[in-house]
Amino acid sequence: MTTNMRYKSRIIKTEDSEDKQYVGFATLPNQVHRKSVKKGFDFTLMVAGESGLGKSTLVNSLFLTDLYKDRKLLNAEERISQTVEITKHTVDIEEKGVKLKLTIVDTPGFGDAVNNNECWKPITDYIDQQFEQYFRDESGLNRKNILDNRVHCCLYFIPPFGHGLRPVDVEFMKALHERVNIIALIAKADCLTPNETKKLKDRVRDEIERFGIKVYQFPECDSDEDEEFKQMDKELKECTPFAVIGSNTVVEARGQRVRGRLYPWGIVEVENQSHCDFVKLRNMLIRSHMHDLKDVTCDVHYENYRAHCIQQMTSKLAQDNRMDSSIPILPLPTPDAETERLIKMKDEELKRMQEMLEKMQQQMHEKDQ
Amino acid sequence: MEEEREVELQVEEDSEAGRETEIPPPQLAEPGTQGIIRGRDLFGYVGIEAVLDQMRRKTMKAGFEFNIMVVGQSGLGKSTLVNTLFKSKVSRKSCTPSYEEKISRTVHLKSVSHIIEEKGVKMRLTVIDTPGFGDQINNENCWDPIVKYINEQYEKYLTEELHITRKRRIPDTRVHCCVYFLPATGHRLRPIDVEFMKRLGKIVSIVPVIAKADTLTMDERLDFKQRIRQDLQASGIRVYPQKEYDEDVEDRIRNDKIRENIPFAVVGTDKEHQVNGNKVLGRKTKWGIIEVENVAHCEFANLRDLLVRSHLQDLKDVTHYIHYETYRVRRLNESNASVSGLSALPLENGITEKYEAQSQL
Repeated sequence: MTTNMRYKSRIIKTEDSEDKQYVGFATLPNQVHRKSVKKGFDFTLMVAGESGLGKSTLVNSLFLTDLYKDRKLLNAEERISQTVEITKHTVDIEEKGVKLKLTIVDTPGFGDAVNNNECWKPITDYIDQQFEQYFRDESGLNRKNILDNRVHCCLYFIPPFGHGLRPVDVEFMKALHERVNIIALIAKADCLTPNETKKLKDRVRDEIERFGIKVYQFPECDSDEDEEFKQMDKELKECTPFAVIGSNTVVEARGQRVRGRLYPWGIVEVENQSHCDFVKLRNMLIRSHMHDLKDVTCDVHYENYRAHCIQQMTSKLAQDNRMDSSIPILPLPTPDAETERLIKMKDEELKRMQEMLEKMQQQMHEKDQ
Repeated sequence: MEEEREVELQVEEDSEAGRETEIPPPQLAEPGTQGIIRGRDLFGYVGIEAVLDQMRRKTMKAGFEFNIMVVGQSGLGKSTLVNTLFKSKVSRKSCTPSYEEKISRTVHLKSVSHIIEEKGVKMRLTVIDTPGFGDQINNENCWDPIVKYINEQYEKYLTEELHITRKRRIPDTRVHCCVYFLPATGHRLRPIDVEFMKRLGKIVSIVPVIAKADTLTMDERLDFKQRIRQDLQASGIRVYPQKEYDEDVEDRIRNDKIRENIPFAVVGTDKEHQVNGNKVLGRKTKWGIIEVENVAHCEFANLRDLLVRSHLQDLKDVTHYIHYETYRVRRLNESNASVSGLSALPLENGITEKYEAQSQL
């Protein structure tokens, strides 16, 4: 390098070295961002729980819309013969240029009847149906415009009246925890004092662990996140299940207009962190973990479903093949047939490997000779 | 039985005694007299009203019995409410801090008796609890053990009554009042509520209450109550105080006021807090203190007045004269029919008129 160059390099050395090593793919996140803003996001949220726990109110508070304007409440006579239905409401929300297609799947009738045996079956069937449809679309020829109706998250409302999880809660969550991300919430938390809330949360957390229910786990913080974020994350994890309060009305409190509920003894503010965990839920659901929820649905739940589906299909094929064979085989129950088929496969593999080994050995012998 | 008869003696007076006058029950009237005996104006002080004092002294010595049953899903505050109602630790559940509530597999009934005393008046209070009601996934027929229990108590009383040598005072274990706890959903009655109240409204006095009502705002509470009343009417459920047992205009006015307000929205607690320098029973939350005995906050005071201060004797009367009599008639008919070989005529519970039941004696 000449003195000139050296002089130059001393002043603008950093930019120079940067230019030399700078490839430019650091702008990829921005490109992705631009593309996704154009495409828009979609999110499917399911709310489940007994009627009267404030599910519709909470959904309205979360997304600041009124999805249930013309709802008619059935009276007890009509409800006796009602079965669990699945209803879908879709709403397009836009904020600062980002479009979100939000689908809320509601489950009216869940847990309302006198006999609630298997009342979660329509719900699990619905979730499996969505997976199946996506699976078919994915395996199809035209994959350009696949509609993703898979349920990304299920908010399960636990009544605050009891002393923890009831049998129907446990059974529901166990039936669904392998199919969808479950987030447990304590509904109508304004009937609990702070002590009671803490006791109930501890109780519910213990029971969830004891019964082996796999609720949605927040992903661990990366080690390079700043302390504040890590602290927030820790608080979030210790706060589950969230005790929430929803409201459809705006009231005047401390000189401001806030969403809240007006009682003769005080005003409950929905967005006040010391009153309830609504803000934490909203932040978690929408602001920080929405994408992670979608990822876990795609990577874990959907893949589980897919593997299970394919396995079933192949075992069915093997069964069909077996039926066609000329050797009369006694009909075996399916589990045995499955293991027998696996054993057969392994045997064949072993045989093949042995043959290959022998061939190689022969070749080596020939070479030596 | 004798003591009870004396308690129910109504004195016939045309002075300003202020007590309700009633047709005396036929057992007490001397043979030959029927209906009201109209007296003439007294021209001096006779001292008939002193019988009130005698009555009071006798009942204070004998004491009262009251059996209350609480029914509802676990966690609705039944034990706490009973403790708050009678201002004593009657129910063990909410007193022991380390009590772990476990959901039992079947409905079984637990009855606990206490004797509480106030100003020289003794009361033997029995609280019958029903853990396991409505907690399972399949709650069909969860009301059967309760119906069986109530009928068993009637049966016990009937057997005692039919003995040749009867006890001076038959122990009364019949359920005088059944408090049914509705969860504060804000919507309507649930199918299990309707089924339960339909069946039990015929054999016992039901008082429905909205439990843990501090989750409803005033408007929601009014709407909820109205919908419940509509549902009750539509299903033909009669709760206490029943309309057809009102004896006169005064009763009707008083009970109408109550009927417009059922079910009462209650909040129960046994903790005290300081409010404006007074110690009040209340629940302290981050947004305020809910005072249990403040009528503007919740209707606990109304429920307490109904159950304890004004209608306790009436509850016992309705149980004895109506529900028990209905059961008795049915049983006697059944046993008659089985003796004579005829099929028993089914008697509709709860529809017989009060006087009709009395006249059948």
